[in-house]
Amino acid sequence: MLASLFRFKGGVKPPTHKAESTGRPIAPAPLPSRLVVPLHQSIGGTPKPVVAAGDRVLKGQLIGEADGWISAAVHAPTSGTVREIAMHVQPHPSGLDALCVVIEPDGKDEWIERQPVDYRLLPPEEVRERLQQAGVVGLGGAVFPTHGKLNPSKTVPMEELVINGAECEPFITCDDLLMRERAEEVVRGIAIFRDLLQPNKVLIGIEDNKPEAAAAMRAAVDALGEPFFVIQVPTLYPAGGAKQLIRVLTGKEVPAAKRSTDLGVQCFNVATAYTAWRAIAHGEPVVSRLVTVTGNVHEPRNYEVLIGTPMDELLKLATPHPDTDGIIMGGPMMGFLVPDIHVPVVKATNCLIAHNDRLFPPKAPEMPCIRCGSCAEACPHELQPFEMYWFARAKNFGKTQEYAIFDCIECGCCSYVCPSRIPLVQYFRFAKSEIWAREREKNAADGAKDRFEFKQFREDREKAEKAEKLAKAAAAQAAKKAAEAAAAAAAGDAAPATEAPVAVGAAEDPKKAAVAAAMARAKAQREAAQPKNMDAVTHEQEREMAAIDARREAAGIADAPPAAAEKKAD
Amino acid sequence: MSHYIFILVGAVLVNNVVLVKILGLCPFMGVSKKLETAYGMGAATTFVLTMATGASYIIDHYLLMPFGLEYLRTLSFIVTIAAIVQLTEMVIAKTSPTLQQTLGIYLPLITTNCAVLGVPLLNIANNNNFVESLLFGAGSAVGFSLVLILFAGIRERVEGAEVPVHFRGVAIAMVTAGLMALAFMGFAGLDKYQ
Amino acid sequence: MDILLAIAIMALGAVVLGAALGYASIKFKVEGDPLVEKIEAILPQTQCGQCSYPGCKPYAEAIAKGEADINLCPPGGMEGVQRLADLLGREVKPLEAEEKPKQVAIIDEQTCIGCTLCIQACPVDAIVGAAKQMHTIIAPLCTGCELCLPPCPVECILMAPVSETIDNWKWKYPVVEIKPAALRDAA
Repeated sequence: MLASLFRFKGGVKPPTHKAESTGRPIAPAPLPSRLVVPLHQSIGGTPKPVVAAGDRVLKGQLIGEADGWISAAVHAPTSGTVREIAMHVQPHPSGLDALCVVIEPDGKDEWIERQPVDYRLLPPEEVRERLQQAGVVGLGGAVFPTHGKLNPSKTVPMEELVINGAECEPFITCDDLLMRERAEEVVRGIAIFRDLLQPNKVLIGIEDNKPEAAAAMRAAVDALGEPFFVIQVPTLYPAGGAKQLIRVLTGKEVPAAKRSTDLGVQCFNVATAYTAWRAIAHGEPVVSRLVTVTGNVHEPRNYEVLIGTPMDELLKLATPHPDTDGIIMGGPMMGFLVPDIHVPVVKATNCLIAHNDRLFPPKAPEMPCIRCGSCAEACPHELQPFEMYWFARAKNFGKTQEYAIFDCIECGCCSYVCPSRIPLVQYFRFAKSEIWAREREKNAADGAKDRFEFKQFREDREKAEKAEKLAKAAAAQAAKKAAEAAAAAAAGDAAPATEAPVAVGAAEDPKKAAVAAAMARAKAQREAAQPKNMDAVTHEQEREMAAIDARREAAGIADAPPAAAEKKAD
Repeated sequence: MSHYIFILVGAVLVNNVVLVKILGLCPFMGVSKKLETAYGMGAATTFVLTMATGASYIIDHYLLMPFGLEYLRTLSFIVTIAAIVQLTEMVIAKTSPTLQQTLGIYLPLITTNCAVLGVPLLNIANNNNFVESLLFGAGSAVGFSLVLILFAGIRERVEGAEVPVHFRGVAIAMVTAGLMALAFMGFAGLDKYQ
Repeated sequence: MDILLAIAIMALGAVVLGAALGYASIKFKVEGDPLVEKIEAILPQTQCGQCSYPGCKPYAEAIAKGEADINLCPPGGMEGVQRLADLLGREVKPLEAEEKPKQVAIIDEQTCIGCTLCIQACPVDAIVGAAKQMHTIIAPLCTGCELCLPPCPVECILMAPVSETIDNWKWKYPVVEIKPAALRDAA
């Protein structure tokens, strides 16, 4: 098995800076003064809040209900009181607000009643549902709801399950420590995924700069007797990208428009497997995660942190140096400076790096592109960043798409190697979000057009219906009169001589002639749609009916003429 | 055989109708802003030019020369070319209305594209026979399309470049065209054999 | 004699070519105008009538016929003008009216008397409500055309710019930082 590892093109080897934070074991972070839990923490629908300000919540209690299938629930990270449900700044490069549940801890950290289950006894659908309700999402950074990835494809047999323990970004060590200290639970979590997806083999990829983690995982796999392969892959950024790791372990290259499942491969992060196991076997929803706190601090270390902990409080635990001037969430390659140091830790937060100019010297100004091609050599997706840059800068978005900008994973290799120090990834993000915005606008315009056309169609139809109704009413009235005359004649009574001349006079009027024509049409229609029960009526019945009609006519004659006048006015 | 190849290569590269003979500059500058329109214009001009050389040879040799009416050449050629252009426009309007709109006025202006009239007249001046005329016409047309498309490709890129403000647009395009003409001078002598 | 021959030959040529063109114009007759659809795809479909045409389609038809200029659509903005210019090979012109940020209508539900006039005015069915019932605007469907403002008898509709959220936030164009040059010590 170990014989054949594959390579992906490109990649870079930045200094790893991992040793700083691996020296100390995982420590639980103490309860913060308050918890700000954003409701939208995963890809997909925004969960709906199910608590109100003033409610007392227990640790693990549902506070945000999943909205739709691709969405994951959110839970109270500790017991306490809900202070408010309000907009707060998010750990997002935009620095914009989103709806959060603010909880004041009561210090008891009291769990709700947990319901551990043996997942082997449950049907797969229920296991997936439990994962959704426990808020299990991909903790590698993409935060895609995990249950959405656990549906085995009906057409493509699942060949390989890839477990991502590569953790290629510098500074980040949370997965490393997780595998070192909690390997058994990770392996048990992988077993859940294996049982749901039924792959032929399970490959656990770990970069070869983490021998302790690999050894711990091997020991755990052996101890549990699972047939998983723990494979050390060469350290090369971004080996931890899903497509790159799949390439390295299986040799399969996922094409642009396809998903890895189309090739029979699915990929999960080790931390996701761990939380899945906790959720199923211990009934604990995702209320905390491991976060590496490192960079410009005295004691870089991994903490088990409650979701919603303000970042500044977490950073203080590691005693940052006084010259710290910001917090980077994520690694130095793909992370970003958080807009506000009070923003909460979310499920996607794997690392906080205290920023200062010594550690991350400010970039020298951007120089013109010299088309040296270094970026193309470094690109792990074999794109041509210099071309995409050229057109993104000129805002020629159609051309950037021709150069497959949407295959870019924004890993930052191109920016890292660029001798002109061009912030290439920023240009790509700009181009992508512009293209998305246009697509949204286009869809909105198409929807507006459809609704406009439907409204016009509806108005026309209503007009036609109204006209038809008027014609029918006029016809009915004329028919009434005719029937009356006929009834009068049939009854042998002295027919009111005035009736017939009125009808004749009406026919002379051109407007009335039109009405009469419409009436005739309506009559023809009515006759065509004669009720079935009229077939077998006897002569006597017919006469009876005519008499009834005549009586009705006589009764309704009082209000009929004004209606007719109205119609003429129309 | 090699004689014909030399005519073709000579017309495409060496005596390029745009960059060496400086004919047909109007569409060359006008419709080279985008690659797509350049493809369309190249195809349309290639069709018109090839047809025009063939038709004008026939008209000249079987209608004008027998009756000694050589002085009607320009007039009759222009009429023929105009008819072919109209035909082409109809076909394009049917097949690609967007291309028709983007080519805009330049499409009917193929009529007055001096390359289209110039090439048949050069054919007569060079005493080319029918096959040579056709080859020369087709070669010139291919040469025209080639430089038009190359130029459009360059201009699309120039669009993204930081051109000094006063050089933006046609000015930098002129400079680019001049550099291209210099580059095409490199082909000089390629059609001289022996 | 020569001149007659010349005239005859030219006339013959004209007749032959004329006949060929006449035949071609029948053979390649264009049904409908596919260009209108392409123009319409660029227009924002607000159906607001600010271009003085009664909707986006009539405006698209007018552009295709060459009757209307391409710079009459304020909701499309300069970007729309640019894209129309690209499609049609026309010159980019500055927009006739002022370009506004995208807006949505908001009904003040306290003041609304439920007259349904705005519902009838809305070209894209983005207002819900019934007679004597409160009306409200389905914000994601609102195109910000302002057509509901004039009919409202109590002026309870106002326009508000679309607020930026994390979902519609866009990465900004990377700006090269320009730092002031260090001032030399005045000698």
